[in-house]
Amino acid sequence: MWELIAANKRKSLIIFIAMGICLLTLGYCVGMAWLGPDAGFFGVLIAFGVWVVLSLISYFAGDSILLYTSNAQAVTHDIHPQLFNIVEEMKIAASLPVMPRIYIIDDPSPNAFATGRDPQHSSIAVTSGLLSGLNRDELQGVVAHEMSHILNRDISYLTFAGVMLGSIAMISQIFLRGSRFGGCSSRRYRSGGSGCGQAQLIIFIIAIVFAILAPILARIFYFALSRKREYLADASGARLTRYPSGLASALEKIGFSNIKLSSTNNITAPMYIVNPLQADGYSGIFSTHPPIQDRIKILRGMAGGASYLDYSKAFSAVKGGSGGIIPSAALSDSASVPIRDAGVEKEAPKDPKDKTRETIDLLRAVNNYAFLTCACGLKIKFPKNFAQNEFICPRCGRKHEVPSSNNVLAAAVASAIPAKPVTATAYGVSPQVYARKNVGWESFNCSGCGALLQLSPAFIGTSLACHSCGKEIKIR
Amino acid sequence: MMTMMGLILLVLVVFLLFVLSSVASIYNILVGLRNQVKNAWAQIDVQLKRRHDLIPNLVETAKGYVKHERETLENITKARSAAMGAQGVADRSKAEGSLSDAMSKFFVVVENYPDLKANQNFLALQEELTSTENKISFARQAYNDQVLGYNNKIQMFPSNIFAGMFNFRQEQFFQVENADERQAPKVSF
Repeated sequence: MWELIAANKRKSLIIFIAMGICLLTLGYCVGMAWLGPDAGFFGVLIAFGVWVVLSLISYFAGDSILLYTSNAQAVTHDIHPQLFNIVEEMKIAASLPVMPRIYIIDDPSPNAFATGRDPQHSSIAVTSGLLSGLNRDELQGVVAHEMSHILNRDISYLTFAGVMLGSIAMISQIFLRGSRFGGCSSRRYRSGGSGCGQAQLIIFIIAIVFAILAPILARIFYFALSRKREYLADASGARLTRYPSGLASALEKIGFSNIKLSSTNNITAPMYIVNPLQADGYSGIFSTHPPIQDRIKILRGMAGGASYLDYSKAFSAVKGGSGGIIPSAALSDSASVPIRDAGVEKEAPKDPKDKTRETIDLLRAVNNYAFLTCACGLKIKFPKNFAQNEFICPRCGRKHEVPSSNNVLAAAVASAIPAKPVTATAYGVSPQVYARKNVGWESFNCSGCGALLQLSPAFIGTSLACHSCGKEIKIR
Repeated sequence: MMTMMGLILLVLVVFLLFVLSSVASIYNILVGLRNQVKNAWAQIDVQLKRRHDLIPNLVETAKGYVKHERETLENITKARSAAMGAQGVADRSKAEGSLSDAMSKFFVVVENYPDLKANQNFLALQEELTSTENKISFARQAYNDQVLGYNNKIQMFPSNIFAGMFNFRQEQFFQVENADERQAPKVSF
């Protein structure tokens, strides 16, 4: 890993310098065009200032801004144990010092991204479409790919390059829009007519041309950086899981999906595992990701093992040439990396409808919905601020008490707090004991006041207090 | 003459500083790598312990459903206590291996009990156990990756000179003697 990170650093540096030159030249031209021939360096200073400010913002808040604009919601182990476990497995495989934060984006389009400034402050976000469409091995492949972005420091480089691209785009936009109202002519009063001389006009034209070109150039650099990283993350992902087919079949599913991701734009697109904006198969200097068919072919071609060398061989077989996608230092490790067997799916493949329903319920759980299974088998879902206290089952007509404030999670948390011993003695009787049946939601009446109590399947405590009279009830 | 001497002295001092700082940086890198190896080894223990912690829950949940399989459950409990009590790398890996065996036998038995397979608690435990098995094998894999990096560094020039000097020894790879154990037990539900 050391060699990879070091090689990554060197290659990124070249692209950063190229983008930096673009930015400063743009600043210089704009400065000369607006403030006169002597003010070029002032323009450079301003461009540099814009970049520094944006960099600072992105360093400290970049990930939270990105997650916020993607409508990502944090999840814990309780909400989606499988996703959490898979991320932890990959964290262990990658020997990452801390666990990345995990987010779910409510979007039917399958996709995922990683962000953060360094491995200590990283996040992985997946869409609900990804969770409902992929099996465990495939999900593991996607998470491994994202974990590789974190491990190889791609997240910080991409953020850094994205900020530079953003600064360039911002300055050129301001300049081009400002110039529409007559660039040098507006300053004629100050320089007494000479301001818009022949020379100034030429500088002005050059500045306009460069203001149009700079963002395009910067974008080409940015996307070149991004494309390389994708192959490398695929290679690292295959090595982490020891199972290239998992990622390959995940990419197939993601590639074949024709649902578009709703919350994305040009700057955030390179962060996803598959570009959410581009049509299939397009590849060129303006594409953020390598063609997905090639990525799948390479992964499928890794017959002998899951090492970087195997990936590099498969890469040469698909793309021709000597590869060069993996830094040579990483290829030197001679240890063979055998591919593991496919994990066994827990059950026969579920009906896709059921899996989608499960994912929707998961999102409801994230949004503090309460779940209640009626005696007739209908699963009733209550939003967080449900206005009524009682609810009549639409199928069988039974009356239910709306579980106040106790969604699955709140119940689990509340139960962890032991009931006050005072309440038991206050009644002067031995506490009521309820034996669990372990069949989904269970409901029973409090022996003290008769209130209906509901027990969530996630309840793990040994006692609880009645919500209306406070009587302690033991749960067995 | 004096300026010449001064110049030579200056060059020597600069050279010495350069050598010292590179030695220091190589030393620090070696220490960092060795600590990572140690940490990776500790990770395996963490996951093995997690498996030991999960097993009583599993046995407790299954008890009510698999009344006729008392022996299978007892075997798991016994293998677990044996694994927890085992000392030394060889003994421990053997004990953990037989625990894995006992568990995979149990999961085969589970196939005959649809009620158990539908139990929410059991499903949750099942995911935790599957994941813990994965984590154990990933932790071993990560340990070997770290050892590889560390050993490479020790053998490569110029760090090999200082590795010998400061007594950095090569670490052993984690190897499973029995080829069957190389894979996490086939957990099929």
